[in-house]
Amino acid sequence: MNVLLDYLPEFRNGFLGTVSLTAASAALAILLGLLIAGFRVSPVPPLRAFGTAWVTLLRNTPLTLLFLVAFFVVPQVLFPGTSPFVLATLALGFYTSSFVCEAVRSGINTVPLGQAEAARSIGMTFIQTLRMIILPQATRTVLPPLSSILIALTKNSAIAGAFSNTELFNVSKLLNDQGRPIGWIFLWIALAYLIITFAISGIFRLLERRLEVAR
Amino acid sequence: MTSVLYDAPGPKAKVRNRVYTVVGALAVVGLLVFVVLRLAAKGQFAPEMWNIFNNAGVRTNIRNGVLTTLQVFAVAAVLSLVLGVLLAVARLSEHKPVRWLATGFIEVFRAVPLLITIYALWVILLSYKEELGLTGDSPQFWALVVGLTVYNGAVQAEVLRAGINAVPRGQREAAYALGMSKTQVMTTVLMPQAIRAMLPTIISQLVVTLKDTSLGYVITFEELLYTIQQMASTIVVNDENPYVPMIIVAGAIYVVMCLALSALATWIERRGRRSRTGIAVAGVAEPVTASDALEGADGTLGGPVDTRRPPDIPPVGGGGGAGN
Repeated sequence: MNVLLDYLPEFRNGFLGTVSLTAASAALAILLGLLIAGFRVSPVPPLRAFGTAWVTLLRNTPLTLLFLVAFFVVPQVLFPGTSPFVLATLALGFYTSSFVCEAVRSGINTVPLGQAEAARSIGMTFIQTLRMIILPQATRTVLPPLSSILIALTKNSAIAGAFSNTELFNVSKLLNDQGRPIGWIFLWIALAYLIITFAISGIFRLLERRLEVAR
Repeated sequence: MTSVLYDAPGPKAKVRNRVYTVVGALAVVGLLVFVVLRLAAKGQFAPEMWNIFNNAGVRTNIRNGVLTTLQVFAVAAVLSLVLGVLLAVARLSEHKPVRWLATGFIEVFRAVPLLITIYALWVILLSYKEELGLTGDSPQFWALVVGLTVYNGAVQAEVLRAGINAVPRGQREAAYALGMSKTQVMTTVLMPQAIRAMLPTIISQLVVTLKDTSLGYVITFEELLYTIQQMASTIVVNDENPYVPMIIVAGAIYVVMCLALSALATWIERRGRRSRTGIAVAGVAEPVTASDALEGADGTLGGPVDTRRPPDIPPVGGGGGAGN
């Protein structure tokens, strides 16, 4: 108990760090995931190939390796001095985008064929079909997997703590260096993660209920 | 399905698609060229930079790193499967305390990030180093192995439980009617079918285990990633550290190992679909989460017995993303 009370500011900063890191990389992952999913079903072959390569590469690379890329290679390509938060968001967002892409793509596959056919028959283009007919209906099936992807992302964000970001793993390292008992630290950190993951699944359950339509 | 989203192209659309093809290809190539040029400007593609892989020491280090990674993976995979079977059986036990203990264990270790578990284990092992007789880097090794084991064991237990629940009730009842004991029913009737049906998902989770061995980097365990990083930060060629060559090589090794394991899962799934016995084999799903993998399964169950219900998706506390 003492550990939490004595280091409340650190815990708060770590908690906020994890939340903001998760939120930023979730936004990036969902945007990129949608885009790449669009690429993967598009009528343009090079974009399809690019999407497939993207997903295969990122899904089979350990996230820690992506963090190495983000922290040692990206600054050389763009410009040095990018903040660790941005670099960690890039690594987490890119990694998670491949999973989001696959979830969206399988969601697209669950929309009845007739919907796309009807859209085409009234003369809609590919982008119109996707944006106005398919994706809104796919949302419903994409939500549950997206929720578990975001929870996995929350847990993955712990790796960012090893790359000079302030978040919960970093806090546990800091407190351990201060000689605090690891058992209590572990317990409080675990609780903090549980709060975030429960919040995410709660939000998604709410969304699912809102979008529920009798079919 | 994909072709349903757009019409078979007519003459106009063909021209337009060709334009998009060229533009798209140019954009992709342009991005690559930009990255390569920027890195080349830093000398990351200089011949001397890549010549380091001709050095016997560098090669030995990489080989040792790969072997260590595989060693951790092998031990953790075996232990996590054993733990998974035990936990699955415990969670289906008829004794309430056993069931609660197993459920609590599974939920806690699935909800906490693996890195935090591994780190806590490392700290504990370091402080009891003498008592346990651990020397050198074996605290790191065991922290990594035990961490991977409890996390993946919990996930595998959920996968196996779903598999066991997917075995038609009649089989269990028939076995009991023959006078088999609980242990016999579990070991000779339920478990074999559950493992066979869930093999693709189990292997997908093993791919996650393999990827997660790279967390050893954080606790300074000398597996592939840590070795690579250490070499990249100590070797200096033309006043630059060879990060790009090292990361490309390490990435290629990881991707090849994971793809090989995934290919095994796909092969087993296809083989399972051909066979006409037992319950349907689950589809290979993304190794995002165990629960996800199972959700994907009901869409792709093209197995021999379509009338049987697909594996239940276990409800997971804390939203239960297993994830990497």
